[in-house]
Amino acid sequence: MGTVTESLRRMGKLLITLYMGNLKFRIGFTILSILVILGFAVSPFSPTNTRSWYIVPRDRPPSYEYPLGTSSMGRDILWELCASIRNSLTIAFVTAMIASHIGLFLGFIAGIRGGVIDRILMFITDTFIIIPGLPLLMVVTTVLKRYLTIPTLGMLISIVSWPWPSRQVRSMVLSLRERTFIHTAKLSGMGTFRVIVQELMPYVLGWHLINFTNTILFSIGTESGLAILGLSILDDNTLGVMIYWALNWGYALFRGIWWWLAAPVATLVLVFISFYLVSIGMTEFMHPIARR
Amino acid sequence: MIVEGLKAGYKLQTIGSSEEVGVYVDAVSGVSFTLYRNEVFGIAGESGCGKSTLIKAVYGYYEPSLVLRGGSARIYGAKGEEFDTTRMDRGLLEKRVWWKHMSYIPQSSMNVLNPTMRIRDHFAEILRIHVGMKKGEAYQEARKYLEEVGLPVDALSAFPHQLSGGMRQRVVIALAILLEPSLILADEPSSALDVINQKVALTLLREKQEALKNTLVIVSHDMGVHGVLTHRMAIMYAGKIVEIGRTADIFWKPLHPYTKALIESLPRLGDKSKRVGLSGSPPDLKKPPDGCRFHPRCPYAMLICSRAEPSLREIKEGHYTACWLYSEAVGEPR
Amino acid sequence: MSEQYMLRVVKLSRFFGYGFLGRVKFPAVDNVSFDMEYKPKIFTIAGESGCGKSTLARMILGILEPSEGAVIYKGKNIYALKSKERRWFYREVQAIFQDPYDTFNPLKKVDRYLYETARNLLDLKDAGKTQDIVDACLKRVGLSFDEIKGKYPSEFSGGQLQRISIARALIPEPKLIVADEPVSMIDASMRMNILNMFKEFKEAEEISFIYITHDLATAYYISDEIAIMYRGVIVEMGPADEVLIKCHHPYTKALIEALPEPSRRDDWLTRKVKPPGMEVKEFIMPGCKYADICPYREDICEEKKPPMFDVGNVKTACWLYK
Repeated sequence: MGTVTESLRRMGKLLITLYMGNLKFRIGFTILSILVILGFAVSPFSPTNTRSWYIVPRDRPPSYEYPLGTSSMGRDILWELCASIRNSLTIAFVTAMIASHIGLFLGFIAGIRGGVIDRILMFITDTFIIIPGLPLLMVVTTVLKRYLTIPTLGMLISIVSWPWPSRQVRSMVLSLRERTFIHTAKLSGMGTFRVIVQELMPYVLGWHLINFTNTILFSIGTESGLAILGLSILDDNTLGVMIYWALNWGYALFRGIWWWLAAPVATLVLVFISFYLVSIGMTEFMHPIARR
Repeated sequence: MIVEGLKAGYKLQTIGSSEEVGVYVDAVSGVSFTLYRNEVFGIAGESGCGKSTLIKAVYGYYEPSLVLRGGSARIYGAKGEEFDTTRMDRGLLEKRVWWKHMSYIPQSSMNVLNPTMRIRDHFAEILRIHVGMKKGEAYQEARKYLEEVGLPVDALSAFPHQLSGGMRQRVVIALAILLEPSLILADEPSSALDVINQKVALTLLREKQEALKNTLVIVSHDMGVHGVLTHRMAIMYAGKIVEIGRTADIFWKPLHPYTKALIESLPRLGDKSKRVGLSGSPPDLKKPPDGCRFHPRCPYAMLICSRAEPSLREIKEGHYTACWLYSEAVGEPR
Repeated sequence: MSEQYMLRVVKLSRFFGYGFLGRVKFPAVDNVSFDMEYKPKIFTIAGESGCGKSTLARMILGILEPSEGAVIYKGKNIYALKSKERRWFYREVQAIFQDPYDTFNPLKKVDRYLYETARNLLDLKDAGKTQDIVDACLKRVGLSFDEIKGKYPSEFSGGQLQRISIARALIPEPKLIVADEPVSMIDASMRMNILNMFKEFKEAEEISFIYITHDLATAYYISDEIAIMYRGVIVEMGPADEVLIKCHHPYTKALIEALPEPSRRDDWLTRKVKPPGMEVKEFIMPGCKYADICPYREDICEEKKPPMFDVGNVKTACWLYK
């Protein structure tokens, strides 16, 4: 338990240092926080059910009453957007939780055990890296369409997003294993488990956070891609699904209802920029030359 | 070449510790010396004493954090052309001075060699830019030249990583001498090599210097290298030159207490008598001590040493030191 | 203590693979044997980069498993130790590494390693007593606990860190310390202080040292015995004076001649040496690995590996002395 709280405290400290010390991280993190607040704190107060049709007047441009306008499906875009942000982020979070931790675990085992175990694990990892992710997911989601929910979609996407973190953690562990301080720890009589947790983990943790962020980014992108192709959960709200309906059902562009499309697209761009900035900021910070 | 009052240092740009951003590291603090034609000049000192920074500043090779704070470095070409490298920007230096009049051999040859270019193309590029030679002609020239410096001709078509460390360093040396510059700056040219390769590389440098009768500057922390190679040398400590003189004088009649300690701590084959090093460690150049920078570690430190900075004074002919022990005001040394 | 030797290195080899899937194997350490008696001494293993001296050191320390051969410490094969015996082994055999900046985890405080060593290897539970021992060991290297308490590695100079590293190694009162290039990253003016410490510990506290180095001048200064390695093989071994001054093996001679020695300035500048060739090829040569460069080469050198011949007190692997 002690190590867990210590790790959490280290993470917290890291976040604060990052926020204070890195402009990119600060911008990214601020945008992200606003999005998270909109998605999780604001969206429950929606006056209407964002999944129902025709509950507000259709095709209204942005106005005082409907700040982001309404869609041809008769939904208030502001509230639909908030719900979409929530669901998209949830999917992404589920993916990142699963994929980056599988990656961490397998990477660690491969890096530490080496030999045959390493070779087998890396063979599997490489196989998954080679299989193109989106086509595979398209097949799987088509088959499982009826069973898709927000969390299960997140799980499905994690099938294709664990190999990279795993490779990255492995290579880190491999190079750390040869560092002198690992030998010092062993010669100080520390057992293998303690060497892993206390000497290796602090290094890998930072990169783990980056992997986590990148996986979120990957997952949001993948879900949007699937949704635009009509393969996501079309009766719920996600950013991708909003775009799908606006394009394929509402012909929003042809009919000049630009606000229907603009809201989710702009939000997606913001999500991408913010996560990207957060990830870049962290990478800059972790980089050994910059960090010292 | 004349270097006068050169001041350079690093502005820290670390992200990690925000309180250190903008702190100035006083790595080269008012260094002056003169180099003559046809000599090998050594700059010795321990890690962090500013010797590499000095060379980079003279060469005009400024990394983003390295800043110049004053002084000049004038070099004279073979026909008497004068350049002040501290007044020239990088583009101008690249076009007019580097390789042609002054070349630089860094510690790691990989800093000079482009990993995606074959060795012969490195030669061809320099010959093309500075002499205007065509590619085919340049290849011929490179081949002839490599034979001259005793490198296997097959090395020409190799990529840098395919050569051993010793060979790579010799290729860099060959490149540096290619246009027969009047000044060659070698920054720890052999520290990454083992003794035998070191000897091969250093003798090559020395032979070429003898043939060209130009000036060769060797920066090395290894006193042995200076002892066998240089004519005159300077000892640096914490960003300042503490002693300059003929190598033989420095080795057998050192003046400055720091030089003495360096020489005395040098182990020699066939001599098992006890060697004693210095205690303490070099000062932090972010906040160097007042007075003489060596005084906290100096066994002869006097009151004045912590108050005023000694200047470099000629004690014997051609032998300078910056130490209060040799000042008339204080009297003769013990 | 029925064993005659404290440490026996028996026909030790370590292969590394390279090429496609590592199918071509070359020996970084090739059939190396030597013994160390109980009498404290400083045994130097010298050679240039890539000669296998660090690989050998790691195998002696039990952190890199040998491909062939055995390391026997006080009659026990150190690669067949149970976990309790392993602690005993680290109580007896300790190490000092080359890079002082990497010896301690940059994210952790340095005192942690001193505490860990005392707690794990000496089974100390009492915090006060642990601190006393840590402090005593730091005093022996000219530091004190107050100077290092709560500080991170980045707050020390290389010389200080290396002394802390030595203090850590002293905590379990070892009988043997393996020092892998302990001064190569230390400034010349402080280098001798550390080497003098080794000498002092050998004499006053009867600690034996295995000193791994590429620097023959410091090797001569502190060692009683020396082994010169070339491409994974010991080419010459014996008392330091005899090996380094008389130089029997042609490689030892070449090394000594290449050493920049200010008092032999003119000689150094005029005499030429032949640089070594492609490294991997030399590692897998069937005969003497120095044959390609050796000025005294005969046919037998390329065909058969020379065994160790006795030349007085010195053993050398060269057919010149058959």
